[in-house]
Amino acid sequence: MIPAPFDYVAASSAAHAIELLGEYGDDAKVLAGGHSLLPMMKLRLAAPAVLIDIARADGLAGISVDDGELVIGAITRHADLAASALVRADAPLLAHAASLVGDPQIRHRGTIGGSLAHADPAADLPLALVALGGSVELAGPGGTRQVAADDFFVGFFETALAEGELLTAVRVPRRPGVPWGYEKFVRRANDWAIVGVAAIDGRIALANMGPVPLRARAAEDALAAGATNAEAARLAVDGTSPGEDIHADRAFREHLARVLTRRALKQIS
Amino acid sequence: MMQVELTVNGERRSDDVEPRLLLVHYLREVCGLRAANIGCDTTSCGACTVLLNGESVKSCTMLAAQASGQDVVTAEGLAPAGELHPVQQAFRAEHGLQCGFCTPGMVMAAVSLLRENPSPTEEQVREGLEGNLCRCTGYHNIVRAVLAAARGSGGRPPMASTAGASGESAPLAGTAGQHANGQTEVTA
Repeated sequence: MIPAPFDYVAASSAAHAIELLGEYGDDAKVLAGGHSLLPMMKLRLAAPAVLIDIARADGLAGISVDDGELVIGAITRHADLAASALVRADAPLLAHAASLVGDPQIRHRGTIGGSLAHADPAADLPLALVALGGSVELAGPGGTRQVAADDFFVGFFETALAEGELLTAVRVPRRPGVPWGYEKFVRRANDWAIVGVAAIDGRIALANMGPVPLRARAAEDALAAGATNAEAARLAVDGTSPGEDIHADRAFREHLARVLTRRALKQIS
Repeated sequence: MMQVELTVNGERRSDDVEPRLLLVHYLREVCGLRAANIGCDTTSCGACTVLLNGESVKSCTMLAAQASGQDVVTAEGLAPAGELHPVQQAFRAEHGLQCGFCTPGMVMAAVSLLRENPSPTEEQVREGLEGNLCRCTGYHNIVRAVLAAARGSGGRPPMASTAGASGESAPLAGTAGQHANGQTEVTA
């Protein structure tokens, strides 16, 4: 399968990429690892006129510490995230989630910024970011703003990224030693979650239980009020709106969400 | 058209390509290297796996443009002409293939895996190869081959393959009993 023709521009820096986005506007798509975008282009589900490649742009790579947060450059690959001693120590849930994305070849190319901007509600990294209560840095011609994970995912494959903005970095709270749980139900080893659950520090997030990764707020509230894991897990589907597909109907997804929430909470306690 | 400059199997190249040219098509049709196969063409099967800067990638899901300035190795470039890389040798010794279509990608994935984890457990090998599908072997001999390569016991080079020559050969490298259910019997 061959993508429709396009022009290719390699951005030398984040600022250059933002300048190019301003120049080409809606015709352009940002390319990082390309592991969500290129398959869509090969299927002609996407046909951007211009690709702006940020994979080798300065200032978008690397993992660093900023007080209580880890700051992760947008083009940090899943393999680097999974192997990072810093991430494994301070945000092990995120390192674990990254280790579950696709397969080794995919993790050698796919990036955290790309996965978040793609915003697949069944994907691992959006789930992890919502569970961790992280945020993203969005840079545009007018400057940089920080958007919380809960506000970043606004619809099915839709984010708060405005036209001309580039996701430049991801921030997650450092929680060394804080127990966490992660459960992902898949049919094939390297697949997206049919349902996924991530839990840490009183927060519970669900993948593929609606158009965006969701918080299981009723279950969180119950836990905070002293409910048992089993009692809280029964509330995991409150406020969700799971879709139906060949893998699971609504009732099965709701069943999975309750069971996986209980298991994720059990990993913590 | 745009110019890409990259190193393929140690050779520096410069080619004019369409921006939409996929790396696997570049390797097969521009470079004439046919080891990387196009299987599923959807990032699932791994038959097109090559090394980019030493790491396994699926060349059906990458543009030649994205590889510009970087180092690509295909199965043809793993060892000098006429010789086999230790992982290739292990696949040969352990009969880690049947039809052979998945093999170049499987070998490249294994080379990358062993570079990241030189002494993997069987489980780590199975997980490390989850991006590569084989529809013939049931994976057992493939996993055995990768474990043998990790132990440095994937068999001697073809020219020195007579039994008992050096004692370097661990049990798995002999004439293995292929039907021994999970356990290898050495009959040589």
